[in-house]
Amino acid sequence: MSGYARRVGIVLWKDLLVERRTKESLNALLFFGLLLLFLFQFSLGPDRAQVESVLPGLLWLGFVLAGLLGLGRSFLAERDNDCWEGLLLTPGDKSAIYLGKLVANLCVMSAVELVILVLFGLFFDVDLTRALPGLAVVLPLGTLGLAAVGTLFAAVTAQVRARELLFPVLLLPVQVPVLLATVSATQVALAGQPLADARAWLQLLAAADLVYLVIGVLTFEFVLEA
Amino acid sequence: MSYRPVVRALGWLALLALLAGLGMAFGYAPREAVQGNVQRIMYVHVPAVLTAYLAFGLVLIGSIGYLASARMGWDRLAAAAAELGVLFTGITIASGSIWGRPTWGTWWTWDARLTSTAILFLVYVGYLLLRAMVEEPERRGRFAAVVGIVGAANIPIVHFSVKWWRALHQPSTILGPEPSPIAAPIALALLANWVAFTLLFAYFLARRVEIARLEDAALQGAVRAR
Amino acid sequence: MIAAAGLRKTFGATLVLEDVTLDVPAGQCLAVLGPNGTGKTTLLRILATLARPSAGTLRIDGVDAVREPDAVRARIGMVAHGSHVYEDLTALENLRFWAAMGGLDASPARLHERLQAVELDTVADERARTFSAGMKRRLGLARVTLGRPRLLLLDEPFNGLDRRGQKWLGEFLLAFKAGGGAIVLATHGFASALAVADRAAILLGGRIALDRAAAGLERDALHRLYDDLIEAER
Repeated sequence: MSGYARRVGIVLWKDLLVERRTKESLNALLFFGLLLLFLFQFSLGPDRAQVESVLPGLLWLGFVLAGLLGLGRSFLAERDNDCWEGLLLTPGDKSAIYLGKLVANLCVMSAVELVILVLFGLFFDVDLTRALPGLAVVLPLGTLGLAAVGTLFAAVTAQVRARELLFPVLLLPVQVPVLLATVSATQVALAGQPLADARAWLQLLAAADLVYLVIGVLTFEFVLEA
Repeated sequence: MSYRPVVRALGWLALLALLAGLGMAFGYAPREAVQGNVQRIMYVHVPAVLTAYLAFGLVLIGSIGYLASARMGWDRLAAAAAELGVLFTGITIASGSIWGRPTWGTWWTWDARLTSTAILFLVYVGYLLLRAMVEEPERRGRFAAVVGIVGAANIPIVHFSVKWWRALHQPSTILGPEPSPIAAPIALALLANWVAFTLLFAYFLARRVEIARLEDAALQGAVRAR
Repeated sequence: MIAAAGLRKTFGATLVLEDVTLDVPAGQCLAVLGPNGTGKTTLLRILATLARPSAGTLRIDGVDAVREPDAVRARIGMVAHGSHVYEDLTALENLRFWAAMGGLDASPARLHERLQAVELDTVADERARTFSAGMKRRLGLARVTLGRPRLLLLDEPFNGLDRRGQKWLGEFLLAFKAGGGAIVLATHGFASALAVADRAAILLGGRIALDRAAAGLERDALHRLYDDLIEAER
């Protein structure tokens, strides 16, 4: 196995192993998702018609907020015991670490999003079955956009003062265009319209994802070195 | 330094250009039929946003330059450009808001340009906050450069997503007549103000970079043993 | 093996290291002594290419380590306070991770052999969280010798080790030297340091105040030199 792929794999293995063993993030995020849905219900009131138009926005708001919590923790384990520097001392292209972390984050986030989605369908009485094919495309694209920048910024803020404040402050403005795209595309999907109607949005999402991914891979070593 | 007289001359030139531009905006350019005199604020609003984009372009250049060369001069350029960019986006938003109030009755209109600018404002305020949180110069430069690159790469994504999002609901640009072909006096006045703003920006940038350079030099000179 | 000249490091307006020059040939060990906060850790980090000097040159095995840090990192093993241990992984898993990251042999046989070498084989499947500081240090040493580094950089390696552990570490380091490797260790412990060091340097206020052969230098004599220098500093 090529050295690069091996390193991506071992970082992924480590993060998932730690996650499975401690269950820190996953459980808390799932519970957080549940809480958010309750909060949405309470703050928006029982009038279904009123809520109808904002449903796609609510769904993605939930994903983004959960993402903020989950992604922000990406490099916490590395802060202990100088593991960060240990990573810096490893030979080879450091972007392998970024990719490994990214895939691990995607796994956790996808699991959380699926659960939130199901709960969402239950709480707000949304027929998800007809929306599924559309959502199956929009969700990964949107999550990738969130995680690609989130993982990079998590590394940037990991060792900075006021990390918990700075991370959302940096991530959220960058996510706005992604959010616009995902919400619009989700609206199309939830309405049961063919996905081709949202083609422009999906293309924009794909382009954005590619841009963020490339920047992450190219600049990660500078963040690690800092 | 031999640059000083040039910079000072630039300052005077900018002032003259600004006076000329504003004179044209209020005297030479025609009064708009529907909106009245308040439309003249466009001669501040549009050049301001163009200058802001120039600033953010320079942030990108400075960021890439710093990562590539590790020379502090690039970082100083990026930081100064970011500060000015935030200033000019602030002017854009304020002028847009003032324009919108009598015209549309609200302080905020979801005009495409205004919305994009607001998002960029948030992105680069975050950039400045990050800089404020990191003390060590090299680290600060690297982190800021990475965030600066993400912010700049995001600009086209923001542009398209907001434009399409607006188009879903209303015509994209509410603020400002953009008839084509655009009448000569209007174009001329816009051009004059744009040149003036650019000169002003260049002057401020030169001064700001110089101050940063002097600060760094003073820091070097004040180095004391622990 | 490792040659530093005129190293200087500033953090903002604080000067941490100034004009540090040292030379450690293969098969030798340099002990860097000095009070807390004098820059020992910063020096080690620069030698490990974890930090860039503000000025000065550093050559490791002939390679310019400041310009091409990645070229020399495979030859360096560093065990610092942190020991690069993931608390939630077992000793074995930790080694597996670092072996794979270093592009090294991560087979169970190899990993167990390394754990045996540092006497941690019995706790191979225990989470590192349960380890004492000394055990984590030993795990760090196991990690660091997964490859075949030519240079060991150790920050306070004798800390947290009991008498037996210190003796073990001393033997370990002597064997490493015998194998042709070079060692730079920063420490407070004069006796243990003198047991392995060929040269001793005292770092005071970011500058090297003393650099001499350790042969024939007794702990008390070194102590006196040390105290004298600190007095002179005041």
